[in-house]
Amino acid sequence: MANIAVLVKQVPDTNARIVISDDRVDLSAVKMVMSPYDEFAVETALQHRAASGGEVTAITVGGASADKVLKDAKAIGVDHIVRIDCDSYLDSNSLQSMISSVISEIGADVVYCGKAAADTGAGSTGPGVAERLGWASVSNIISATFSDTISVVAPVQGGNARISVVLPAVISCDKGNIKVRKPNVKGIMQAKKAQVDVKSANPSSSSISIISHSLPPSKPAGKTYEGGAAAAEVAQLLRDEANVI
Amino acid sequence: MSQTIVIAEIAKGAIHPTTAELVTAANALGSAPIVIVPCTDSTIADTAASIQGISKVIALKSDIFATYDASSWATAIDTIAPSGTIIASANPQSKDLAARLAARRNIPVVQDVVAIEGGNLVSPIYSGKAMQTVSLGGDAVVSVRANIFTASAQGASADVSVVDATGDVATAVEEFLARASTRLDVAEANIIISGGRGMGSPDNFSHLEKIADTIGAAVGASRAAVDTWEPISHSMQVGQTGKTVNPNLYIAVGISGAIQHLAGMRSSKYIVAINKDADAPIFQHADYGIVATWEETLPVLQASLSAMMN
Ligand SMILES: Cc1cc2nc3c(=O)[nH]c(=O)nc-3n(C[C@H](O)[C@H](O)[C@H](O)COP(=O)(O)OP(=O)(O)OC[C@H]3O[C@@H](n4cnc5c(N)ncnc54)[C@H](O)[C@@H]3O)c2cc1C
Ligand SMILES: Nc1ncnc2c1ncn2[C@@H]1O[C@H](COP(=O)(O)O)[C@@H](O)[C@H]1O
Repeated sequence: MANIAVLVKQVPDTNARIVISDDRVDLSAVKMVMSPYDEFAVETALQHRAASGGEVTAITVGGASADKVLKDAKAIGVDHIVRIDCDSYLDSNSLQSMISSVISEIGADVVYCGKAAADTGAGSTGPGVAERLGWASVSNIISATFSDTISVVAPVQGGNARISVVLPAVISCDKGNIKVRKPNVKGIMQAKKAQVDVKSANPSSSSISIISHSLPPSKPAGKTYEGGAAAAEVAQLLRDEANVI
Repeated sequence: MSQTIVIAEIAKGAIHPTTAELVTAANALGSAPIVIVPCTDSTIADTAASIQGISKVIALKSDIFATYDASSWATAIDTIAPSGTIIASANPQSKDLAARLAARRNIPVVQDVVAIEGGNLVSPIYSGKAMQTVSLGGDAVVSVRANIFTASAQGASADVSVVDATGDVATAVEEFLARASTRLDVAEANIIISGGRGMGSPDNFSHLEKIADTIGAAVGASRAAVDTWEPISHSMQVGQTGKTVNPNLYIAVGISGAIQHLAGMRSSKYIVAINKDADAPIFQHADYGIVATWEETLPVLQASLSAMMN
């Protein structure tokens, strides 16, 4: 029996256009979804449960609107859903402290999370939470197998390696060969009725402040050619103009 | 300005040239860094000592540095590094280490920094659709993207001290898995040529491989190609749910340029697009766009590049 936790974050749909108003990203008109890598984390957590028995708790940190991402996780099959209630900007330090204390509180032996959230792109949360808990961690796994032990495949210098993981541990998930399941009707009905366990949190003050958000500098228009014969000229330009060959 | 500490980037048992870029970033944050070289053989640290703008080199020697293990590496480096701002390279392994170190010291981590402006750190958010500028109110751990900061020059001769470290490795490698192919990985390449659904079949990727071999490039792929064709492995995927790459040259062939693909390659220095559809979004991001089928374009490209390389 394993007590399994999975971290899920709500982020803008990856198709969404990001707009800036008053030096800050404005998400008011953007559709929010589960961060793509977190789908692989949920799937891996459910596979772990299938192999070992036990229960899966999905945890998010966010405001009330983030309940949706928990309901989505519930629809796919997690047992419990927990939201740490906090809507303000959190640096890595305060975010990880909050998550770590809830992990300790629920007594999980393994935490799955995404390789990186689609908004921050950071990949800091998994290893950071592991360090705070004093646990092992493996990041960016591309597959996992469960028998008596957990064995994962993750990139190392020069290729991939099969790594055995001794619990407790935090495991962050890449896409790899992991195929995610879709919710079924029963799951969706259960998710509708499910209660979110809301936990209050007091973020510590941050030593980082956001100065501004801005759009990336736009690229000057490139040169366009018609027809494959132009490849000869482009090859010359790559050498003589761009100096990259 | 507080002390800065650079964690040297090690690849194939030697100091990677990116380390000199990290020194430039440390200098921009205000001080001459201490360079820590995690190693199994301390003689490799000597090459770090010649980077200009550093205060000293510490070769941190231990068997634990033979393969990456997040917790033992973080513990050993934390023990030797003084307090200050720690700078590492923004590759997956070093980002992981950066996050561990920051958590250990209870200080924030800022990943993927691409510019330092008056002491403020700029990094991409929302997969590069926006940029975030932050100021540090104290010590932090910062990871810096490769190929962006100018490398600090060579020619110095800083002091090197050797410190032995010990540690308990928390994760055990059972076996190294041979790579499916002996090709260069997209994450390590300075030039990448990627194919998408427009390649029509996985067999046609041989045309990309031929060009890759000519110019020393890696072969990448769009998600559509990876998900449709078994032989195109996920390790080749570039984009939102694949690898984020930052090469000098990215050649996209038969790739439409969906926002999730752009997320992984838009910061490439030069982008070439080959696509038969003049309206494909990839052309808006290309420095050189060729509106044509790959069938008529790649043979010409191959011949021109071959002629140049000889
Ligand atoms: C959450 C999420 C994550 C995603 N992550 C990724 C990711 O990591 N990476 C990624 O790439 N995508 C990702 N996608 C998918 C993305 O949205 C696109 O579906 C995908 O990038 C399309 O791949 P493509 O450009 O190869 O195919 P298509 O969009 O089908 O484009 C094929 C192109 O080939 C051209 N073409 C056809 N025949 C020829 C020919 N003979 N010669 C030249 N050109 C030709 C066509 O004009 C067309 O532009 C993700 C999507 C989602 C929702
Ligand atoms: N606010 C959050 N709530 C829940 N999980 C989170 C949150 N932020 C990050 N995570 C988890 O940590 C992973 C990595 O996030 P990041 O470190 O921001 O790249 C995400 O894919 C999630 O699994």
